[in-house]
Amino acid sequence: MYDSGKIIVGLIIGVGLLLFPFYYNAGKAAKAPDPQLTPKAKEAKVCVETTEYMRSSHMSLLDTWRHEVVRDGKRYYTASNGKVYYKSLQVTCMDCHSNKSKFCDQCHNYLDVDPYCWDCHIEPKENN
Amino acid sequence: MGMDRRKFLKIAGLSAMMGLGGKAAFELLAPGELEASLKDLPLTEGRKWGMVVDMTKMDEALMDKCIEACHRVHNVPNLGNPKEEIKWIWKETYEHTFPGQHHEYVSEQYHGRNFLLLCNHCTNPPCCRVCPTKATWKREDGVVMMDQHRCIGCRFCMAACPYGVRSFNWGDPRKAPKELNPNFPTNLEYPTRSKGVVEKCNFCAERIAKGQLPACVEAANAVKPHALVFGDLDDPTSDVRKSLHESYTIRRKPELGSGPNVYYII
Amino acid sequence: MLDKAIKGSPQYWSWVVFLLALMGVGFGCYLYQWFEGLRITGMSRDVSWGFYIGQLTYFVGVAASGVMVVLPYYIHDYKAFGRITILGEFLAVASIVMCGLFVMVDLGNLPRMLNIMIYPNPSSILFWDMIVLNVYMLLNLVIGWNVLSAERKGVAYQKWVNVLIYISIPWAFSIHTVTAFLYAGLPGRHYWLTAIMAARFLSSAFCSGPALLILLALIVKRFTRFDPGKEQIRTLGSIVAYAMIINVFFFLLEMFTAFYSQIPGHMHSIQYLFKGLDGYDRLVPWMWTAAFFALVALVLLIVPATRRRQGILAVACGAVIISTWIDKGFGLVIGGFVPNPFERVFEYWPTVPEIFISVGVWATGFFILTVLYKIVVSVKEEAAVS
Repeated sequence: MYDSGKIIVGLIIGVGLLLFPFYYNAGKAAKAPDPQLTPKAKEAKVCVETTEYMRSSHMSLLDTWRHEVVRDGKRYYTASNGKVYYKSLQVTCMDCHSNKSKFCDQCHNYLDVDPYCWDCHIEPKENN
Repeated sequence: MGMDRRKFLKIAGLSAMMGLGGKAAFELLAPGELEASLKDLPLTEGRKWGMVVDMTKMDEALMDKCIEACHRVHNVPNLGNPKEEIKWIWKETYEHTFPGQHHEYVSEQYHGRNFLLLCNHCTNPPCCRVCPTKATWKREDGVVMMDQHRCIGCRFCMAACPYGVRSFNWGDPRKAPKELNPNFPTNLEYPTRSKGVVEKCNFCAERIAKGQLPACVEAANAVKPHALVFGDLDDPTSDVRKSLHESYTIRRKPELGSGPNVYYII
Repeated sequence: MLDKAIKGSPQYWSWVVFLLALMGVGFGCYLYQWFEGLRITGMSRDVSWGFYIGQLTYFVGVAASGVMVVLPYYIHDYKAFGRITILGEFLAVASIVMCGLFVMVDLGNLPRMLNIMIYPNPSSILFWDMIVLNVYMLLNLVIGWNVLSAERKGVAYQKWVNVLIYISIPWAFSIHTVTAFLYAGLPGRHYWLTAIMAARFLSSAFCSGPALLILLALIVKRFTRFDPGKEQIRTLGSIVAYAMIINVFFFLLEMFTAFYSQIPGHMHSIQYLFKGLDGYDRLVPWMWTAAFFALVALVLLIVPATRRRQGILAVACGAVIISTWIDKGFGLVIGGFVPNPFERVFEYWPTVPEIFISVGVWATGFFILTVLYKIVVSVKEEAAVS
């Protein structure tokens, strides 16, 4: 082929860069997320909805909440078990899950998810 | 607000408990019961919220208290310079609040006298007309609301507002100088804003939804009742209508057709 | 045809690399603005729009220039303009790209930009401005590209392009009318609250746009083997002359209403711009410079002897551009915000990062213009040879 020298060198560099994340981390396993519940959360036994639902859909729940609270003025949520909650990340959710760095951040950091909620909503103070 | 005794006792009782420590109150009652009973109160449905500022009862110290209360409850930072400042409620002199009214022979007591200014929650707000995303809109109950989740920071509303009540977060409010904002954020139950969105007085939408009065009104009432009167303009028996009936009131720039709902008793 | 843009002389490449360098600097400054916020600009609570929005307004006008070549050619059969409609159309494309970029760098929350399409508010003029500007850019791009391709192949362009061309003519008027409506409907800003705002926008567009087009045509003639044509430039010169006369006349009409009525709201902004208000007079030398250049332009354009000489016409066009740029790209926006709703003066001046970001946007626009014009010139040069 034409310019085979340049092409092969280019390929080696390109593939090398592409595979960098793999050989840089070779032999190391990232720690699996280990979200911890606070005593208050453990006592409550259930969150606003079931654990499976919250795990898969807490983002859509919060998105729906923020629309309903701010735009529709509907500030109270009736859960599927009939209980009524005040829709607020800061006041309701973080009341039980006040250990953000040991709970929320565990999965978020593992998946490199950076929700911008905290740009405005105030994180609970943790005394580590 | 026109209401019967039962409603009044409910609101008074709940307000007292809120005062004792909002979250603690939630825990005192069985979870769910408090929230359900709060839901029952028809708090903002079918109202047309407005405010009367009685300048005959206002003085510098009282105005400062109102401003302090509002800015504390809503985590409004003190940025320390007029270029970037954010203010939801503030003082402005007579000449600059009512520039068309001012003349050279105006009574001495009004020269340089400060008035209390806030968003007028207009009936026909130009800001809502121009917002390209409806991040600001007029609610059914009259409140001109802000949705900071949606605001793209185009600042068209700031250009449209004839009253200069809107502020923009030119930088990150959490980076406000610490010397001027010692306990920022001052209210852990309310969010701050991020950089790049517009903000303004929201008639304490989150408080009136719970049957509370706006923070400025509550602060004023503690010192001098009826200096600030907040209520339902559609209810002829409300305090705000009574105030409007008893005294002559003026509004800022009424000739523009925006229909401001903050009235001043001079 | 895009490959024509990557084959060029060293002169061409040094110009392109220069523009790319400016784009890089602008982008770097924009990153600074991204992280620090718009506080790094000169804008404030009182003057909440500044240089970026002023430039947006100016370049919408330049974009409307395309119609001043297209209209005589397609509606009035002025065959001479057939040679240069493509230059006008591609100038429109580059201008609107700059408009879009100026909006984007001005937004406080750019990632949410698409909210205007996801949650549209038809009562907001900004919504309609977004639509008309983007459609106009696409119209010009599609029309220009198709006509040029056909010319390159030596065939007539397909009939459906005519439909787009006829739409683009009233559309050009709409882009500037809608942009004027951004300003002209705001009850609290008395400098802008005038019915003649849309008319003024159109008149300044129709002199500044073709003026820039003339200068670009002369540059193309100087640096390439494509000559846009003596008659074409002459006619454009007449168009600039008439449009500038109307533009200055409209401005004087505003002066009359403001100062004969003596209404403070009407007078104060103009006083701030031309005399100073409460001791603040930062813009006064600029506005009088604009007035001076407008006068120079008028004299040179009205007198046939000076208008018909290309060298002097070029000077006149430069004067038009300087004058309209100061008036529309700067004075218009600042004047609307001064004095503020409390009748206080808070002055504005762009900061260095703000200017560098703007330079980056201009460089991007001129980069696109260079690429498109290079393609045009290459096609025309080939067609001339064959």
